Amino acid sequence: MNQMKDTWKLGGHEFTSRFILGSGKYSLELIRACVENAGAQIVTMALRRANEGGLANILDYIPKNVTMLPNTSGARNAEEAIRIAHLSREISGSDFIKIEIMRDTKYLLPDNQETIRAVDALAKEGFVVMPYMYPDLNCARDMRDAGAACIMPLGAPIGTNKGLATKEFIKILIREIDLPIIVDAGIGRPSQACEAMEMGAAAVMANTAIATAGNIQVMAEAFKKAIEAGRLAYRSGLGRVREDRADASSPLTGFLRDDEGEA
Amino acid sequence: MSGKNHINESILSETILEDQKENRIDHMKYLPGMEQIKSDVMDQVVDAMNRYDYTKYTAADVRRALAAEDRTPEDFAALLSPAALPYLEEMAQAAKIETRKHFGNSVCMFTPLYIANYCENYCIYCGFNCHNKIHRAQLNTEEIEEEMAAIAKSGLQEILILTGESRNRSTVQYIGEACKIARKYFRVIGIEVYPMNSDEYAYLHECGADYVTVFQETYNSDKYETLHLAGHKRIFPYRINAQERALMGGMRGVGFAALLGLDDFRKDAFATGMHAYLLQRKYPRAEIAFSCPRLRPIINNDRINPMDVHERQLLQVVCAYRLFMPFSSITVSTRECPRVRDNLVNIAVTKISAGSKTGVGSHSDEIADGDKGDEQFIISDDRDVEEVYHALQNLGLQPVMSDYIYV
Repeated sequence: MNQMKDTWKLGGHEFTSRFILGSGKYSLELIRACVENAGAQIVTMALRRANEGGLANILDYIPKNVTMLPNTSGARNAEEAIRIAHLSREISGSDFIKIEIMRDTKYLLPDNQETIRAVDALAKEGFVVMPYMYPDLNCARDMRDAGAACIMPLGAPIGTNKGLATKEFIKILIREIDLPIIVDAGIGRPSQACEAMEMGAAAVMANTAIATAGNIQVMAEAFKKAIEAGRLAYRSGLGRVREDRADASSPLTGFLRDDEGEA
Repeated sequence: MSGKNHINESILSETILEDQKENRIDHMKYLPGMEQIKSDVMDQVVDAMNRYDYTKYTAADVRRALAAEDRTPEDFAALLSPAALPYLEEMAQAAKIETRKHFGNSVCMFTPLYIANYCENYCIYCGFNCHNKIHRAQLNTEEIEEEMAAIAKSGLQEILILTGESRNRSTVQYIGEACKIARKYFRVIGIEVYPMNSDEYAYLHECGADYVTVFQETYNSDKYETLHLAGHKRIFPYRINAQERALMGGMRGVGFAALLGLDDFRKDAFATGMHAYLLQRKYPRAEIAFSCPRLRPIINNDRINPMDVHERQLLQVVCAYRLFMPFSSITVSTRECPRVRDNLVNIAVTKISAGSKTGVGSHSDEIADGDKGDEQFIISDDRDVEEVYHALQNLGLQPVMSDYIYV
């Protein structure tokens, strides 16, 4: 196996950690634990939670040495996402933008069509565009062609901790799209993060799974180790995994003869 | 207690009983200028409420509802029934799990700002009603700005602008000006004013408001008619369709509430949930909010009480809303005391007011006493922003000043 440092790139930045921390719903103190114990180098931030100079400002909690990934949550269409991205660049000074466009308050499923339009506009403006999407190959190709820096398919509806419910479709994206595939949303436990990495995901993102754990620090570390294990397995190449049937004792090709054609 | 015979004596007086006998206008007929939209939501809500017989539900129905992953209106009906009361602890536990799943430990903080208390309605339980002899006031733009500046100093980023329901005194233009001023000081602007037409909501949205709350008070139109004796508010269908007109006008979120204790609270809570449920299905982008007010004493009637809606019943309603629509915002009023409010945010409530005053001109010291107006109701939690902020932190919750961006 290649012993070189295993890094990956996004928008010209190089990362060694493949764990991205979502900071949406839980105490801002969580961020510190995940940066220290899980080695997170990228932390997402909802611009709508920013409260510059005010109380409970999320920006105050993100350490200076991590890459801040602002998202457009609250946007219901491409135009709103674009406006939020502009505001985000103004406030955070970062060209990174994670596109989140939802027009459904019950399931919070991303709107792929609007997302493609937003990727197109923002990539042209020089943003490092990271679209959160429903894992559909055609849409992923359109996002790639529109200039996305990566593709962020959901594993399961956000906050459900249901794991890789869309596994087969994410596998297709990994096979067919030559961009980092980052599994976002739904990852509920370290084993699921590990599986996503074994499949060849470039990174995984989690928030609820760690925030709701009995011990946040320890769970952050568990995620770090699971992601590293899955990545190592992917790089080594998984061995043959026998399914539930044993090898047939009478091979189907036993009838073949070298002296074909004779009676 | 059945819907028809449900009378809350605490809100009645001789004068009101006399007034109720006089001829009053048809409460189901729109007045000139009121927009009529094509919608069957009201009929569906009222029909569902009329068919709701909460006595038929059993413990088995409640257990099934609790175990369900995605709860149906039938599950909601079971959770609001008397059969669910013995399961209140289980409901609270399940509600807490749903709340944390959808909101994490975030709790939004806001404060209401009353800019006027003139009212043209005669709602017999309300302190602002036009026959109640209280001190009336309306803030001018300078005074609104002073109030908002005083509130903003506390660190709050969300404001709820309220008026009494007088279209003549508090015009749409006037409310719009208040929203424009609010944009200078706050990130999140909600309004709780008289129902209006969709183009008027669109105008207020342009001015910066994005959330509209309208309390239906009661969904029983026969009872509604006996409580709202005069004024625009008397027109039942115009009020019930307010949230839909607000969404048509481009508002992001709408709030719903029945004033628990006016009529049969189980039926009213069921109708409130169905109203929100049906509108969210019709407008999936809509952010849904519930308030859970109980009747409170008012100036000149300190006897008013929510009758059979005790704390247990209030908690049942709050948990049922949460379990039925886990993603909705739930607000708890300062009508409740700190003990109840702090426990409700620990279970299902996701938004809490702080530093609340229900009078006009109460936030700023700059406003002369003569320009201030009396309170709408008497509050039970007078904690300021800092106290509520720390109370939330002590509960392991995360106070959030803004989770919103105007786009």
